[in-house]
Amino acid sequence: MPGFRPTLSITLVYLVLIVLIPLSAMVLKTLQLSLEEFWTILVHKRVLASFWLSFSAAALAASIATLLGSIIAWCLVRYSFPGKQLCDALIDLPFALPTAVAGIVMATIYEPKGWIGEWVMAAMGVQIAYKPLGIVFALIFIGLPFVIRTIEPVLQEFDSAMEEAAASLGANRWQAFVKVILPNIFPAALTGFALAFARGIGEYGSVIFIAGNMPYISEIVPLLIITKLEQYDYAGATAIGLIMLVLSFVLLLIINSLQWWLRKRNGQL
Amino acid sequence: MTAVNSKPTSLTLTDATWVRATLVGITVLTVGLFLVLPLATVLLEAFAKGWATYFDSLMQPDALAAMRLTLLVAAITVPLTTVFGVSAAWAIARFDFRGKNILLTFIDLPFSVSPVIAGLIYVLIFGAQGWLGPWLAQHDIKVIFAVPGIVLATLFVTFPFVARELIPLMQEIGHEEEEAALSLGASGWQTFFKVTLPNVKWGLLYGVLLCNARAMGEFGAVSVVSGHIRGLTNTLPLHIEVSYNEYDFVGAFASASLLAGLAVLTLLLKTFLEWKLKQDVKASRQAAIE
Repeated sequence: MPGFRPTLSITLVYLVLIVLIPLSAMVLKTLQLSLEEFWTILVHKRVLASFWLSFSAAALAASIATLLGSIIAWCLVRYSFPGKQLCDALIDLPFALPTAVAGIVMATIYEPKGWIGEWVMAAMGVQIAYKPLGIVFALIFIGLPFVIRTIEPVLQEFDSAMEEAAASLGANRWQAFVKVILPNIFPAALTGFALAFARGIGEYGSVIFIAGNMPYISEIVPLLIITKLEQYDYAGATAIGLIMLVLSFVLLLIINSLQWWLRKRNGQL
Repeated sequence: MTAVNSKPTSLTLTDATWVRATLVGITVLTVGLFLVLPLATVLLEAFAKGWATYFDSLMQPDALAAMRLTLLVAAITVPLTTVFGVSAAWAIARFDFRGKNILLTFIDLPFSVSPVIAGLIYVLIFGAQGWLGPWLAQHDIKVIFAVPGIVLATLFVTFPFVARELIPLMQEIGHEEEEAALSLGASGWQTFFKVTLPNVKWGLLYGVLLCNARAMGEFGAVSVVSGHIRGLTNTLPLHIEVSYNEYDFVGAFASASLLAGLAVLTLLLKTFLEWKLKQDVKASRQAAIE
């Protein structure tokens, strides 16, 4: 078959120019720092606070998205109900909707005078927007389709003969769910969680409008990078950016192994 | 036991009514709160002061400039990403070589990198303090805080979109038809245009569609390199941010309604293409069997 050399050349040249050289610029820029300088940047209280916030908000949001997403995937695959087609079509909205649009919309809905924000404030005395809780809400929105679209195909392929076997052996529905269905969708749910978590850590546009962006309290890591850049603190921005890059690379490797495990369990390997 | 066994299988797998009702309730509530309400809010806020104000804010020179820039950026990045995606898919799906898995991981990498970092890396190269900064300043070339920087950042974030759709599709379709065409004397290009392209056209369109949506909607990466210069380097998403931060909510949501419309259109076309794609894969499997 012809075309190996030209297509591989285009691929590699483009990859090197657009992705690898720019990313290595960040590594090299960080290497200009001494280890002590690097360390001082990272253990600054404001930096640590933003890392803690980004990770905990992303983990909490991804957990909630995994729970809700599993239920939604289950309903879409197993049940028929009015509005199902519409639900199914809308699931991918967070993939397609630009993050800035999602950001201003979420802020408008959950701000203290917004449709839901006002109601939650009156009913429970909890403020969502401009607090860390607002970040979690924005990240649930972003994470939902990752979970649903990962679990859905597994449920569709799931062999209900196993459920039937469990039922005929006397297991009730709950036992069948815990012993048969749950172990089978667990790898998919974990993959969906990892995808939502990875996306949540780096997410910027949909979060900054609702977050409040208070240093030490509601300032996410990507925003801190931008703040440092605007103050011409290139070293600080780069050092924090490199940590983020390494983390996302590690997460990518974990996700790839999870997906490999998932395909293997589904008998596609 | 016997009672369970005698029931039709579908019944043994049916959940109790209250379980179904609860789960469907959670689904409808979640979809309503997180997906329907945001879409409705965009429209309600955009038209909060009537049609006239809506159109006025879209006809502002800054808004029009933002639309033009967004279209320009998409017009440059989408074709480049497409050419790269097709080349990568041909090399990866049609040949075996060492390091293929590493290459695939690198192609995926921009998906998992924070958009802010996608902007930052270009600032480090082309910015005033960057590697090429002094040289660019000498020759009076602007990359950062100008259109080229926006294009580069968008190229980075859209990088995997076409390749990621095409590679699995071309692997699934297989290369028997292409080899038949080649053995009958077709050239490489003829084989690509007459055999490969018709086979993967829906998948290719699907990738291009998602790539375009991301190119027009990218915010974080573009925000870092743009400098937010009104009428010059503000794309539509950045124009939304500026309007919103200046409390021009109708202006922000009017621009947002355009991008939300694009998102809905993307979803509709996506549903159509997925349906086409399934049919094509089915047809090619059928052909392989025969």
